[in-house]
Amino acid sequence: MTTAIGRPVDRVDGHAKVTGTGRYSAEIALPGLVHAVLVTSRIPSGRVGHLDTYEAEHAAGVLAVLHHLNLPKGGSVPPLLPSLFGAAASGQTFFPMQDEVIHYAGQPLAIVVADTLDRAEHAARLVHVTYEHTPAITTIEQGRDRAYQPEKIFAGIIPGRITRGDVAAGLAAAHQTVDLTYHCAANHHNPIECSATTAVWEGDRLTLYDSTQGPNATLHTVAELLNIMPSHIRVVTDYVGGSFGCKAMIWPHPALSALAARAVHRPVRLALSREQMFSGCGHREEQEMRMTLGADRTGRLTAIRHHKLSPTSHFDDWAEPSLSVASQMYDCPNYEGVYRLIKANTMTPTFTRCPGEAAGMFVMESALDELAERLDLDPLEIRLRNYAETEPGSGNPWSSKGLRECYRRGAELARWSERDPRPGRTRDGQWLLGWGMASSAYPVTPPGGPQRARARIFADGSAVVQSSFADFGTGSATAMTQVAADGLGLPLERVRVQYGDSDLPNTAAAVGSAGAGMVSAAVHIATTALRDQLIAQAVADERSPLHGADPRQVVVSEGRMQLRDRPGTGETYAELLQRAFMSDAEALGTWNPPSMLGTGYGTMTFGAQFAQVAVDPELGLCRVRQLIGVFDPGRVLNRKTAHSQLMGGMLWGMSHALLEGTVMDPAGRWSNASLGEYLVPVNADAPDVVIETVETTDTVVNPLGVKGIGEVSMVGTAAAIANAIWHATGRRHHRLPITIEDIL
Amino acid sequence: MVASHLPDAVQGPGPVDVVLNVNGATYVVRIEPRVSLLDCLRDHMNLTGAKKGCNQGACGACTVWVDKRRVVACLTLAIACEGREITTIEGLAENGILHPMQKAFLSEDAFQCGYCTPGQIMSAVALLAEGHAGSDDEIREWMSGNICRCAAYPNIRTAIRDVRDGVGGVGSAAR
Repeated sequence: MTTAIGRPVDRVDGHAKVTGTGRYSAEIALPGLVHAVLVTSRIPSGRVGHLDTYEAEHAAGVLAVLHHLNLPKGGSVPPLLPSLFGAAASGQTFFPMQDEVIHYAGQPLAIVVADTLDRAEHAARLVHVTYEHTPAITTIEQGRDRAYQPEKIFAGIIPGRITRGDVAAGLAAAHQTVDLTYHCAANHHNPIECSATTAVWEGDRLTLYDSTQGPNATLHTVAELLNIMPSHIRVVTDYVGGSFGCKAMIWPHPALSALAARAVHRPVRLALSREQMFSGCGHREEQEMRMTLGADRTGRLTAIRHHKLSPTSHFDDWAEPSLSVASQMYDCPNYEGVYRLIKANTMTPTFTRCPGEAAGMFVMESALDELAERLDLDPLEIRLRNYAETEPGSGNPWSSKGLRECYRRGAELARWSERDPRPGRTRDGQWLLGWGMASSAYPVTPPGGPQRARARIFADGSAVVQSSFADFGTGSATAMTQVAADGLGLPLERVRVQYGDSDLPNTAAAVGSAGAGMVSAAVHIATTALRDQLIAQAVADERSPLHGADPRQVVVSEGRMQLRDRPGTGETYAELLQRAFMSDAEALGTWNPPSMLGTGYGTMTFGAQFAQVAVDPELGLCRVRQLIGVFDPGRVLNRKTAHSQLMGGMLWGMSHALLEGTVMDPAGRWSNASLGEYLVPVNADAPDVVIETVETTDTVVNPLGVKGIGEVSMVGTAAAIANAIWHATGRRHHRLPITIEDIL
Repeated sequence: MVASHLPDAVQGPGPVDVVLNVNGATYVVRIEPRVSLLDCLRDHMNLTGAKKGCNQGACGACTVWVDKRRVVACLTLAIACEGREITTIEGLAENGILHPMQKAFLSEDAFQCGYCTPGQIMSAVALLAEGHAGSDDEIREWMSGNICRCAAYPNIRTAIRDVRDGVGGVGSAAR
């Protein structure tokens, strides 16, 4: 029997996307729809002195101007909890427009609602704000002397300090050490679709069309913010134009759109502008990291000390967990990781693709490369000598680990052993060529609660499977169709998956590369439960050819239940249902994930990647000529979409290395808040990417052994490129992004 | 004939009737002269295939054709397009049959979230007509006005090559 899982089938939402007919959250056409535009603070710290709304209120088409003096108070701000828990998931514990205090530039101060977008945008410019300034800190440099070590970071989940063994003793015993300081610029997600919510009230019931990674996260957060019953809210998310983490947590705009809609008694669309995307939905914080490594003569690590310093908001102790994966990568008895924070006038930073792993592993994999150089070891060899056979923090076995094979295959594809390992020796005309490599890893984290799906089969033998998850480009809707087809034993074209709606069976937000694993578990359980229910009905039915058969000996192929060893004996689902006068049958599937506190295993997706760069030393140009990545993601649900996601992650890593950085101006505002000035790769920047996966079976993480692919491929790319630039030029780079000025 | 058809008609600042030819159909919309072609298509004609990514001409998600030439609709005034032939992604498929470029984007997985896709496809079809798809380097350069944040770029190049070369079951190049 052929299975659908794994096959490179085209996306089920692809037709809508290539024809432009898919409706994203700011494209829902509703009778009476009006437009809301935010007025935001131009200063990072202070108070609203006077808010003059007269001109705006009297401008053509304006229906309301809402601000802290007239905005109806809602409920309370829920605690900051990652949306993977499945509960309310406010991106920060501050909700704007409740008083006159200004905490960050870009903070919403007023909402203007008008009958057309142009009129709302125009009137927003007519809201005149006078400011009372107070001193601001917005960068590491400004706040370095005020740094503190928090008890916990990352929504209270991760300790501010983690140690094992004795780092001082490990460093004292080392034959060779490196002690290096790295800096990574702030990053912004910049999906091409700006965040948007369209809010519609019918009496006391609210429907939100929201661009989110978790319709239920939006539902619970807005319910708490507005103090309305979750049962009275429905969140619809048919299409999401990319997220990369900025739609993983719930920011003020969905609740503000609902408040605006309530004020004007009309459906309201609130779409952030591109500039507002830089201060409306979080960012990856600027960070400085100091990495000290010690190794013995053979290259075995004797100590790792990894310290991070970064700005957070005034309301939350947030740092992306840059130390975590770097602490789990290599076998080393002595470790110390410390987070230090600076209270700054920014919004709370948030998840950005590979939150922490990308920056932390840039540091680990760059420093390790320098250590290898000093030890005269091959970069690949030093990684193999420190290969962690068990999870270094706990000593637990890995649920699966195919990293050795990833290294081997990656090195083969890159012809690693054929390069001249000496730096600055390989040329192509004016270009200096270099190869670099790095390890990749990303944790497999279970969601915080049960994940559900419902499977329904009709009397004609076609099926619909429902689950609330959103597909924001990951390909999950397509992959779940494949999982459902295999679970029911139906051909793909007889299965439709309905998703992106909080009224459907509950799932947590698809974040942290956990979506495919957790939703496939629910869909698999629901569809196999329905299959088993129908098999049970058949063997109990005297009129069925399968009457009296052992249900364990019945298999389903192409919608036909039949005996495993006598396929001629059997009947279709349709025959069974029609004979029983049943128009349909359905089953609910619930997956209870392993505890977030631990499975007794280290659970991680691994990979190895290799980069070839060409550097023009005269012009400071760095062109990435090839990226090669080999990963061990467990079961791959769809080879085509998985390949695309892994490729996209590596190109994100390239962008992290060479392009992306948001810069604070002296006034405490992001100075390059546009797609013209915040550099992301264009077609000409993107090299061809070679992606392979290695077979790994994982029986721990979830029923289908899906480890997740959304992020792992970005981890390590920046280091592989930085290491390749060293190989090309003989110069190390410790700041991201690595710019032309740095290379010159 | 409405007043705005006259060359010397006063066109603003209040709403005026504007007649636009989009995908072969005639639309009469009452809009202010400041309304961009993008907002006109999306908010006044309910044609949301052209996307708004930046509203500053930097991302290319709003790429449509005006008189067969690719433009960013966010930096084009709707009222300036009277008498011109506007084509959007909604006008690319004929009688429900996908354009070869649409088929190629599907089969090569040349997108993920799909938000930049209409702009990429409108750009890609025009690219072939312009004769700017001779080599991969040329494709890379002339497709660099359309940002794909999911970074499907290598697959976009493959899709364009498929249509150019008439391979992969997507038929011969469409001009």
